[in-house]
Amino acid sequence: MSAFFPQLRNNKKAAWLATFAVAAVLVALPFVVGLTGNAGVRALAFAALYVMLALGLNIVVGFAGLLDLGYVAFYAVGAYMYALLASPHLASNFPIIAQTFPNGLHASVWLVVPLGATLAAFFGVILGAPVLKLRGDYLAIVTLGFGEIIRIFINNLNAPINFTNGPQGITLIDPVKIAGIDFGRPQHFFGLPVPSVYMYYFLFVLLAVIAIVVCLRLQDSRLGRAWMAIREDDIAAKAMGINIRNVKLLAFSLGATFGGVSGAMFAAFQGFVSPESFSLVESIIILAMVVLGGIGHIPGVVLGAVLLSLFPEILRHTVVPVQNQLFGHVIVDAEVLRMLLYGLAMVVIMLYRPKGLWPAPEHGIAPHSDGKADVVKPQVA
Amino acid sequence: MDTFIQQLLNGLVLGSLYSLIALGYTMVYGILNLINFAHGDVLMIGTLTALSTILLLQSMFPEAPGWLLLLAGLATAIPTCIIVSLVIERVAYRPLRNAPRLAPLITAIGVSIVLQTVAMLIWGRNYLVFPQLLPAAPLEVGGAIVTVTKVVVVALSAIIMIGLMLLVNRTKLGRAMRATAENPRVAGLMGVNPDSVIMITFAIGAALAAVAGVMIATTYSVAHFYMGFIPGLKAFTAAVLGGIGNVPGAMVGGILLGVIEALGAGYIGEFTGGVFGSNYQDVFAFIVLCAVLIFRPSGLLGERVAERA
Repeated sequence: MSAFFPQLRNNKKAAWLATFAVAAVLVALPFVVGLTGNAGVRALAFAALYVMLALGLNIVVGFAGLLDLGYVAFYAVGAYMYALLASPHLASNFPIIAQTFPNGLHASVWLVVPLGATLAAFFGVILGAPVLKLRGDYLAIVTLGFGEIIRIFINNLNAPINFTNGPQGITLIDPVKIAGIDFGRPQHFFGLPVPSVYMYYFLFVLLAVIAIVVCLRLQDSRLGRAWMAIREDDIAAKAMGINIRNVKLLAFSLGATFGGVSGAMFAAFQGFVSPESFSLVESIIILAMVVLGGIGHIPGVVLGAVLLSLFPEILRHTVVPVQNQLFGHVIVDAEVLRMLLYGLAMVVIMLYRPKGLWPAPEHGIAPHSDGKADVVKPQVA
Repeated sequence: MDTFIQQLLNGLVLGSLYSLIALGYTMVYGILNLINFAHGDVLMIGTLTALSTILLLQSMFPEAPGWLLLLAGLATAIPTCIIVSLVIERVAYRPLRNAPRLAPLITAIGVSIVLQTVAMLIWGRNYLVFPQLLPAAPLEVGGAIVTVTKVVVVALSAIIMIGLMLLVNRTKLGRAMRATAENPRVAGLMGVNPDSVIMITFAIGAALAAVAGVMIATTYSVAHFYMGFIPGLKAFTAAVLGGIGNVPGAMVGGILLGVIEALGAGYIGEFTGGVFGSNYQDVFAFIVLCAVLIFRPSGLLGERVAERA
């Protein structure tokens, strides 16, 4: 908690209290929001998913200072990995697989998620290796191109061998099953009915919390410091004995891992994936979350992800009725308005608040109350 | 053999369009070290403006000849693009000239999104038909088929590029541009006003983008709010291929990329036994880009650039 609120750093009791308070709010939230229907909880679940994605991108962009515009490719890799291994699609197209697995492939989450994460990390290295030496802006374009290539391949790999089912996407993806609990069906805990969406919400929040903890630990690790060093000045970092190549590759692959896991979760949650979900716009939205929240600052990134992912929901519920009231019909549709505001926000934030809404204290080191520099020891958030 | 010549000609047409756009990227990059991410969207705005003008004039004077309408379209597209581009430069880039490198790149992405959504609001999100203004009758050249439009595209691009070379190499303005690209501060000491040179550079780039956009729309007969993205990306690839910041490099790179793409799209089906089809055309540009960046990051005609993040 103290990573979010430095005031709590010297007060252990208050920090624990705050942690419990936040946990209680997170647990209670769906039941309160859920009173108005499942759509709200769904939006919250997506917010948690986006927190994970934004944290992953933050490793690459925020910590290591490498602008990645194709992040959604890793998300796509994870999602398609899950979709292929946990749906009837492959079995219905490949007789060999149908023979081996007569009921279709229904791989367990414990197998698919690590596989998806590994594959995404592998793609991260593939992408990272050739572009390591490039200057920041070249890197942006290459990653952008990479994101498009992955999308083009997914879009076209339905012929001559139907691998991804092309633009139609893959349907009938299995829901997550952990320890015999099927997330696709409503469950009962302690006599309380818990709909499927709520289960996913809790799963995603849990994963997001794990992601936050991992990021916090990474940030203060030797590796995290190396990333920040190359971000500030790579020549100086090299002189200090940092292996720039390995460190950058690790940034790419770790960031990609987060994307892969989120992708797999996305596929399970939706039950359906298609190339449309992985367009450049999605990459840019995730980037906008990182930039607006505060590049390189974990609490800022979390804030940015939550704000920007809930924002369209709020817009949808306010813009359309307001326009109907004022003009009698919808002039600017919520989706368009959202993109317009995202674009404007990116420009305005860069001009007036270049470090984001919740900026990092300089280099992640905050002065202690006794005036000495702090060796940051975060408690579990 | 016929396919070869045909694809070569197609590549030449495509390539001249890429060159025109790439010049805008490369000149701005040469002076500011900034990838003008919104360049493709400036092109799109210009094209859609031209389309509106042409449709308006067509409804007013149904008898007007096609080439005149096309010129009228260009005459509105060019100033629109210049104004949009100068506004972007003033609002989104100039305040960040001394900021970290990522900052202007992110505002550029923001501007690009804003332009696209604005265009979507004005012109809608559907594909719009761009009228066939030049005679569509095909001509046969050495076993390949060309249309008047394609000939015009290549000829016009050639004229523009020669003009630009003369401007950059022979005029006082050109010398000021080269000096600013070399070192803006020293150029300032020599009596060059870097701000106005930068504005002129943006204006020239925007005008070229307007021409390229209208040409793309006439060649493919469609225009829509997202049309700037892919050509923009390809043109950037072309600029990198030729050596970014290098004016002749952008021209060579554009033509080369166009030819590679057209030949690639024409032959990929044959080479891979039908596994990959011409729908992979867009992948070539990125493969070329990656290959160039790995093996010769400074581009074909570029000077060695410092490898710094």
